[in-house]
Amino acid sequence: MASKSWLNFLTFLCGSGDTQPNLHHNDPHARHLDDNEPSHLKEQVNFNADSNENMDIAENLYQKVKILCWVMTSSQNLEKKAKHVKATWAQYCNKVLFMSSEENQDFPTMGLKTKEGREQLYWKTIKTFQYVHDHYLEDADWFLKADDDTYVIVDNLRRLLSRYNPEQPIYFGRRSKPYVKQSYMNGGAGYVLSKEALRRFIDAFKTEKCTHSSSIEDLALGRCMEIINVEVRDSRDTTGKETFHPFVPEHHLIKGYLPKTFWYWNYNYYPPVEGPGCCSDIAVSFHYVNPTMYELEYLIYHLRPYDILKEINQANKNEDTKVKLGNP
Amino acid sequence: MEIEYLFNLKSFVMARGKMLSESSSFLKGVMLGSIFYALITTLGHIRIGHRNRTHHHEHHHLQAPNKEDISKISAAERMELSKSFRVYCIVLVKPKDVSLWAAVKETWTKHCDKAEFFSSENVKVFESINVDTDDMWLMMRKAYKYAFDKYKEQYNWFFLARPSTFAVIENLKYFLLKKDPSQPFYLGHTVKSGDLEYVSVDGGIVLSIESMKRLNSLLSVPEKCPEQGGMIWKISEDKQLAVCLKYAGVFAENAEDADRKDVFNTKSVGLFIKEAMSNHPNQVVEGCCSNMAVTFNGLTPNQMHVMMYGVYRLRAFGHVFNDALVFLPPNGSDND
Repeated sequence: MASKSWLNFLTFLCGSGDTQPNLHHNDPHARHLDDNEPSHLKEQVNFNADSNENMDIAENLYQKVKILCWVMTSSQNLEKKAKHVKATWAQYCNKVLFMSSEENQDFPTMGLKTKEGREQLYWKTIKTFQYVHDHYLEDADWFLKADDDTYVIVDNLRRLLSRYNPEQPIYFGRRSKPYVKQSYMNGGAGYVLSKEALRRFIDAFKTEKCTHSSSIEDLALGRCMEIINVEVRDSRDTTGKETFHPFVPEHHLIKGYLPKTFWYWNYNYYPPVEGPGCCSDIAVSFHYVNPTMYELEYLIYHLRPYDILKEINQANKNEDTKVKLGNP
Repeated sequence: MEIEYLFNLKSFVMARGKMLSESSSFLKGVMLGSIFYALITTLGHIRIGHRNRTHHHEHHHLQAPNKEDISKISAAERMELSKSFRVYCIVLVKPKDVSLWAAVKETWTKHCDKAEFFSSENVKVFESINVDTDDMWLMMRKAYKYAFDKYKEQYNWFFLARPSTFAVIENLKYFLLKKDPSQPFYLGHTVKSGDLEYVSVDGGIVLSIESMKRLNSLLSVPEKCPEQGGMIWKISEDKQLAVCLKYAGVFAENAEDADRKDVFNTKSVGLFIKEAMSNHPNQVVEGCCSNMAVTFNGLTPNQMHVMMYGVYRLRAFGHVFNDALVFLPPNGSDND
C-alpha cells in the first residue's frame, strides 16, 4: 500500500515509527523530503501493497482528513501494550505520538514529566494536548486520544470526520452520561477533537476557564468542553449503530455478556444495543483489546470472503465513492 | 546282568519319558506364545490393504485458483459458475455440543446451500437427523450415506465439520472454482500418519460428488470399509475415512493458497496469533494465516459470532479488495 509506506516514511521523519529501510533504498535522499511531496514517494514504493487492494479512496482520504493520534501509555506498558499499537493501527495515522511520564528514545515515547497512575491521567492529557498544540497544530485537522489498549480503525474515523469542518469547535467519541449535560466521551474508547476544539481547550487553561485538578480524565475533559462551547457530535453510522466502543467486539456482540447490573447500561448516552446491532460495520474503535489487536488487524485487513462476482463489487465501489466523498 | 541292563534301560526310558512330558508343556507354551504373538502382530498391521498399490504417495498439495485465471472469466460465465457450486454441509453433533451447535446454526452454516446436523441422539431444542450412535466413525458413515442417497442429484460438493469449526463458505467455493466435482476430490488440512495421509476432521473435510459416489459404494463392503476398523486400537474417524477412500482410489490433498499457506486450519485465529507473537513477533499478522482461509477450529460459541462480524461486516472504509465479496445476506439475517 503506497499510503502505508508513506506513513512509514512520515513516522520515521517524526521519530515515532519503525523505519523500513528497504522502502527507501532507491532514494537516499528520501529522508530529506518534506511532507508536501507525497506523490514522489508514492510512485516509488509499493512494497506492501496487497495487489488485490484498490487504494484510491483510502489514499484520497488520507490526504484530505489528517489525523494526529496520540497514545496514552507508560514505561511498564511499552512492551506489553504500546508495542502492539505501534505494530498495528498506529501506522494508519498521519502522525502518531506515544506519551508517557518519562521519555524513551528507543520506542520512542515523549516524556511528560508527570507521575504515573490513574490520578495523573487528566494532567497527562492536558500536557499532551498542550505539547501537540505547540508543535503540531498545523500538521493535522483532527486530534485523536487513545489508550494503549484501544484499537482504532483509522480509515473509518476518516470517513466519519470527512463530513465535518475541523475549524468548527466539535468533538467525537462514545457519548456517555450523566454528569455533563451535552454528554462527555468515554476515555478508553478514544475521542477526537477538531483543530478549533484543541485551540479552545488550550486557551481554557491559560484563561483558567477550566481547572487542572481531577482524577477522572474523560469526565473532566467533557466538562471543560461544555464550558468552552465545544459541541459533541453524533458519531453513530447512518443506520444508528455506534462506532466508538468501550469494550471488545465479543462483549458487545453477545447478548447477555455484560450483566444488566454493570455500570455500562446506565452510562451510555444513546440506548445501548447488544447483539449484532451493537456495532457499526465501519466501527472506529474498541477498548481493552489485548492481545487481540493482531486478531482484529487480521480480520479487518486480511481475511475476507472471496467472490468471483467482481463486477458487482466494482459497481458498488463506485457508488461508495459518490456517496462518501461528499461535501465536508 | 541282562536283567540289570533291562532294568536300567527301563528306568532310563522312564526318566526320559518324564522329561519329555515336562518339556512338552514347555514346548506347548512356546508354541502357543508364538502363535499369539504372530496373531497380534498381524492384526496390528491390518490397517491398510493397499499393498496392491504400486505408487507411494508424497504429501499432496492442492492450490487455490490464481488471479489471472479468474480475471479471464467473463462476467456471464462468473454468474453461471457461482451458481454451479452447490455445497451441502454436514455437522456432526452430540448433546454436549449444544452451545456450539447453536452458534454454528446461527452463523456460518447459513451460507451453505444446505446445512444439516447429524446428532448422536435426539435433542429437543434443535432439529437434527438422529443417527442413533455416538461412535464418531459410525456417525460419519451414516451421515455420508444419508446425504448421498438423498442429495446426490442436488449438490456437487459435500463439506463435513465439527461444531467447533468456523467456515467461510464463500472461500470454499472460491477455492473449488476450477475443480471439477466429477473428479474424486478429497481435501482439507492433511496429516500424515505412517503411510496414510488423511484429512483432519478438525479442519473440515471436503468431498466432491464423485468421491461421495465411490465412498458410498464401499460403505457396504466390510472388508474394505469396516464399521469397526482396527481390531485392537480404536482408529479416529478421519483416518478410517481415508483408509476407506483409498480403496476407491481417492487420496487426501492439502489445500493451500498461492503463498502455500494452509486454507483449512485446525487451530483458531487466536492460537495462531499467540504462536506468531512468540515465533515471529515482528511479523505477527503477516505470518499468521491465509487471506482466503476457509476454516478455523477450536472456537467458543462467542468467538463464532465475533468471526461473523469480523469476516462479513467489520471493514476499513476505502479498502476495497477487487476479489472480495459484496455479500447479500440471507433474508431476515441480522448478523451478516
